[in-house]
Amino acid sequence: MRILVVGGGTGGTILANQLARRLVDEIRAHKVRITLLSDSDRHMYQPGLLYVAFGQIAPDQLYRDQASLLEPSIKFHVDAVTEFHLDRNQVKTKSGKTYDYDILAIATGARIVPQEVPGLSEGAEEFYTEEGAIRLHKRLREFQGGTVAMVVSIPHKCPVAPVEAMFMLHDFFKARGIRDKVKLQYKYPVNHVHATANVARWAKPEFDKAGIEYETLFNVREVDPVKKIVYSEEGTECKYDLLIAIPPHRGMGMIEENNLGQGGWIPTDRFKLTMNGHDNVYVIGDATNIPVSKTGSAAHFEAEIVAENIASIIKTGAPVREYDGKVYCFIEAGYDRATYNAFDYINLPELKPPSKAIHWFKVAYNQLYWTTVRGLL
Amino acid sequence: MSESKIIDACNTFCPGPLMELITYMKQANVGDTLELLSTDDGSAADVPEWAHKAGHEIVSNEKIGEIWHIKVRKTK
Repeated sequence: MRILVVGGGTGGTILANQLARRLVDEIRAHKVRITLLSDSDRHMYQPGLLYVAFGQIAPDQLYRDQASLLEPSIKFHVDAVTEFHLDRNQVKTKSGKTYDYDILAIATGARIVPQEVPGLSEGAEEFYTEEGAIRLHKRLREFQGGTVAMVVSIPHKCPVAPVEAMFMLHDFFKARGIRDKVKLQYKYPVNHVHATANVARWAKPEFDKAGIEYETLFNVREVDPVKKIVYSEEGTECKYDLLIAIPPHRGMGMIEENNLGQGGWIPTDRFKLTMNGHDNVYVIGDATNIPVSKTGSAAHFEAEIVAENIASIIKTGAPVREYDGKVYCFIEAGYDRATYNAFDYINLPELKPPSKAIHWFKVAYNQLYWTTVRGLL
Repeated sequence: MSESKIIDACNTFCPGPLMELITYMKQANVGDTLELLSTDDGSAADVPEWAHKAGHEIVSNEKIGEIWHIKVRKTK
């Protein structure tokens, strides 16, 4: 049985490691072989980028060598997949190699596409890339006063990031002693300050308390980097001195190039996590089109389900469980307080009042992640 | 040629039904109709408010059983 995992991010790495552990005997007996293909020899802890933007984590702390995170029995190759041939259970890679599989797992993630909004790349800072987070930190340190506006594009990874960033901005400028010189403006694309009703209910009075101004139903149409104005699809505009954008996202280019899914999002059964029409192809993490948050947390829980099911299919011939939509995300409410957002397909998130204890748990998790991704936690 | 597409956002809380609809609306062509399925009662008011501001047309908005079926036509 040849299991091929494409993608070495959170989902792909956890999946490969958990499979390697669950199938130790089968691998030793040469009945199962696990191969992981990634386009990078490094693994990034992406949630750490928010902290880089505020000078709380050094960029090099975000990385580990991918090979060091993997069980030794996993065959790991840095070789990006360029072609999927699902009809003959094969992929082709950048180096020209062909990999055959019996079971394929696609965990290729998402990418930012700021270029899809005119002027956004030139006019706005972001914290979804290492370079962007470093640049934003420099801009924030140099900022002496004026309007800092946050705009949020759809779809995007980590739906709580814009809220967290606003609270972090408030505390950042407070710590610098210039909060009274900074107007914080938050522009959000749906009717409430967050897409999740209970998060919005919690965040709105917290914004009021922090003096963060907000406008809802603001979908970014265009940025004029010369006049420093951002325009919405709804006909409103905002003048800024520093613009921070949550850029629009797409799935990876090769997903679209291989016609696996519009926008790079692969049509996926929300319970089985199999690609529609392909029972031997699993899709996890940001690459799916299922209606849950594009976060490492979703990828983590999905990877666990898929690992359990693939192992069970190999051992008994049948899967054992379905993905219930579980997601757990910390929400930083500033420099020293946090809450969390936990939900599934049935249960709404119920936010607890922010506390220092949850914040410190999040800080600890920033290190514990390396245990999670090894499939241990 | 205009198309119809169903977006099943039932029992989803984050990013939620309207975010799902806007994601697909951005990919749709002018004239296409998207039907959002949502179990969130808030969608019944939130979607028309967004569509009105964004300039799209609400074709229908009805609750069948526990599910809201909201059809929106992309007009620009």
